[in-house]
Amino acid sequence: MIINHPILGPRDAAEFTYLGDASLLNRPDWQAADAADQFYEYLYLRDNPAGEHRELWYHEQGDRSWLVVTRNTLTHEISSVELASDVARAQGNKK
Amino acid sequence: MRFSGFKVIKEALMGHKGWGPQWRNPEPKSHYDIIIIGGGGHGLATAYYLAKEFGQKNIAVLEKGWIGGGNVGRNTTIIRSNYLLDGNEPFYEFSLKLWEGLEQDFNYNAMVSQRGILNLIHSDGQRDAFMRRGNGMILNGADAEYLTADQIRAENPFLNFDDARFPIKGGLAQRRGGTVRHDAVAWGYARGADQRGVDIIQNCEVTGLRIENGVCKGVETSRGFIGANKVGSCVAGSSSRIMAHANIRLPIESHVLQAFVSEGLKPTIPGVITFGAGHFYVSQSDKGGLVFGGDIDGYNTYAQRGNLPTVEDVCESGMAIMPMIGRSRMLRMWGGVMDMSMDGSPIIDKTHIDGLYFNGGWCYGGFKATPASGWCYAHLLAKDEPHKVATAYRLDRFKRGYMIDEKGMGAQPNLH
Ligand SMILES: Cc1cc2nc3c(=O)[nH]c(=O)nc-3n(C[C@H](O)[C@H](O)[C@H](O)COP(=O)(O)OP(=O)(O)OC[C@H]3O[C@@H](n4cnc5c(N)ncnc54)[C@H](O)[C@@H]3O)c2cc1C
Repeated sequence: MIINHPILGPRDAAEFTYLGDASLLNRPDWQAADAADQFYEYLYLRDNPAGEHRELWYHEQGDRSWLVVTRNTLTHEISSVELASDVARAQGNKK
Repeated sequence: MRFSGFKVIKEALMGHKGWGPQWRNPEPKSHYDIIIIGGGGHGLATAYYLAKEFGQKNIAVLEKGWIGGGNVGRNTTIIRSNYLLDGNEPFYEFSLKLWEGLEQDFNYNAMVSQRGILNLIHSDGQRDAFMRRGNGMILNGADAEYLTADQIRAENPFLNFDDARFPIKGGLAQRRGGTVRHDAVAWGYARGADQRGVDIIQNCEVTGLRIENGVCKGVETSRGFIGANKVGSCVAGSSSRIMAHANIRLPIESHVLQAFVSEGLKPTIPGVITFGAGHFYVSQSDKGGLVFGGDIDGYNTYAQRGNLPTVEDVCESGMAIMPMIGRSRMLRMWGGVMDMSMDGSPIIDKTHIDGLYFNGGWCYGGFKATPASGWCYAHLLAKDEPHKVATAYRLDRFKRGYMIDEKGMGAQPNLH
């Protein structure tokens, strides 16, 4: 697979490590009344879809940026690649 | 029809005209007591034991393609019970004992070969860890044996003992481990289940679950609705897709594992050997091909094929431990989609929906589990309580903090 890095251009997927579903960007509020339930879902439960999947890749052998890659899990086709920091900022994450 | 030496000789003399189909091809009935979704090893074994050991009569196995076309026909056929943790080891040892009697039990040649498995040790820390695992195995009634480098050399002179980076310091052997002909396992269970009245319905894809007032009433399929008192999902890599029909999110990701077979070679590798410093394992099939594999590719996928970086990694690891294979050619490679769970261990449990049961999370190691998984799932479906060796495999263990994490990797499926 080739990942089209927004800054560095097309890079071999072997340069990256894979973390998982991009929902991991949305860490629950630890002070919420139901924080334990929210963290259980955040940590352990996954949609695991067959089809389009937004996921986190880390450019370990490159510029060490985190990317949000939108990829089809049936075909491995990649339709979009964004910097995870841009995605987090756009959705208003605090950190 | 029963298989026997007499029958084989008789057929040889009669021109092999007396063999018939091994199972029926029935039309689905409108209602069953128990429906198993998925005609892989586990689904077929569950149906077999439900009929044979738990007295159930009205059972169907629904398979979207043909039986044995999933992971049961794609794995590298290794069986063993060399786990460390209490939640796992009694279950896998129960499975190994069932393997030992399986061919007599279902009257089918599954080529169970207890040729032994050897985990190589390359550092002092690894020796400590493997010693601990060996002791855990022995405490649970399994066999485990520590071998020195010299003992290993006597049996496997071709290994790369004095590699500067990964010298072989010893090994943990389980002599009762080995390999089994994977397709024959699916066929043997299918035949045994069919003989006891189980309907095995192929080309029947489950496309929905009918749930009314918190009770599962049956399944929607490509061949229409089929009602059931109990529905058991048993679809390995497709687990999340089935359970999504009940709005259940699972602690599972689907990943691909690749396997490789070389051209046929003269007998050279006595048992199963695993490299302890990279991820590589190998055995030799009865046809002579080296059967080997390594890590999963590591990203979510439902495509039954992987990518080249993993191929390179597996071949490098093979060369590091067994340089003699460098000149043999690769014949075939393929991939299978696996249900990687959040702690690397499986789930056999009821769900919060009455009549809906779940079996999955087998990761890359569910072939060896086939007999015990079938037995324990049948026990749960028939009696509504877990079998004593499967009590730890609960769906809610992640919420309650009772993970069974052999490798201590945490909730990161691609590291298990
Ligand atoms: C390359 C590879 C090597 C492996 N090596 C080993 C090994 O050496 N030792 C070991 O112990 N394990 C190994 N495994 C793991 C092992 O193969 C699996 O854990 C095990 O086979 C899973 O259980 P199963 O046989 O029931 O799965 P499967 O055979 O995959 O059965 C699931 C079935 O469900 C069907 N299905 C899916 N969706 C639907 C639907 N909607 N409706 C109806 N049917 C459906 C599928 O078609 C499939 O036939 C390996 C796996 C792979 C891929």
